[in-house]
Amino acid sequence: MTVLEVSRYRPGIDAEPVFQRYEVPDNDDWAVLDGLNYVKDSVDGTLSFRWSCRMGICGSCGMTVNGEPRLTCGTFLADYDGVVRVEPLHGFPVIRDLVVDIEPFLEKLSSVSPWLIRSGEDPASEFAQTPAQLEAYKQYSMCINCMLCYSACPVYVLDPDFLGPAAIALAQRYNLDSRDEGDRFDVLSTDEGVWGCTFVGECTSACPKHVDPAEAIQRYKLTAAVRSVLPWVRL
Amino acid sequence: MTTKAKRRTPEPYLWLLFSGGGVIAALVLPVLVLIFGVLAPLGIGDPAFPSWTRWILLIVVFLCLAHAAHRIRFTLAETLRLPHRLLAPVAYGLALAGTVVAVIALV
Ligand code: SF4
Ligand code: FES
Repeated sequence: MTVLEVSRYRPGIDAEPVFQRYEVPDNDDWAVLDGLNYVKDSVDGTLSFRWSCRMGICGSCGMTVNGEPRLTCGTFLADYDGVVRVEPLHGFPVIRDLVVDIEPFLEKLSSVSPWLIRSGEDPASEFAQTPAQLEAYKQYSMCINCMLCYSACPVYVLDPDFLGPAAIALAQRYNLDSRDEGDRFDVLSTDEGVWGCTFVGECTSACPKHVDPAEAIQRYKLTAAVRSVLPWVRL
Repeated sequence: MTTKAKRRTPEPYLWLLFSGGGVIAALVLPVLVLIFGVLAPLGIGDPAFPSWTRWILLIVVFLCLAHAAHRIRFTLAETLRLPHRLLAPVAYGLALAGTVVAVIALV
């Protein structure tokens, strides 16, 4: 048996989050999410958490496992000794049990205009791209919006207004796209944008998709700094 | 975007000094310490440097101090939770003071 120590918060019942222990059977191929689903199906149906794909694609199962932000569908119980502690993602307001409020995160994502911005007439044919042009932004397009990078970022945890790793990487996904004509400088080159980042690098360590948001941010710092000094230069 | 987002910020300029200082420190500081801290006092090598060396040294000192000031400012802001309004003038002020000392010593 493995013991899961799960953070519970039931509005109207708990004044603040409390831990509750559940025993789950040992199964070599069980992820933390399987343990939680076992609890929900067989032990305590009131436990609330988000999940969908169970294969690291939807980004909805992010939680704090033994203090670290993890996708619970890709984190295996067999890799832990002793009690496994499961908490909601740190840095976000808790709605109930392991469910956090993602609304502020979604607002951040949309604030960077995450779409191809074009001026002029509608295209008569598709915009072809070379493999090199695709490669320029592909890594940043792999983000699954799991928010692990925010939970890992000490700057974000201190200042919830910080635009944060995934939103800046998403902005770079479009900035570096040869089809895009947009300008996101006014959103990104601010104290709450790239200049809030102190390059701790935890976002990149936490990212399950190898997006490397820390690199995206440092790269835009250089772009923004050069443009601040030489306004006519576009890197 | 909001007016808050459009506010002008000095950070790009401070960051350029910080990153320039970081590059310079990584590239030339070990060599300078070796030349001026070890070889010259031991009498190894030619102590007759061309006069423009001092100007290069001043730039190196200024950038390295600016780099250190930036790092100390953010470290204190995040560990002690002190406001940047207070820390920035002190940190960059000390870097400028150090540069003035270097000017007096070298020129
Ligand atoms: S950048 Fe990585 S850690 Fe951050 S939301 Fe995207 S996939 Fe998750
Ligand atoms: S359940 Fe979809 S990423 Fe884990």
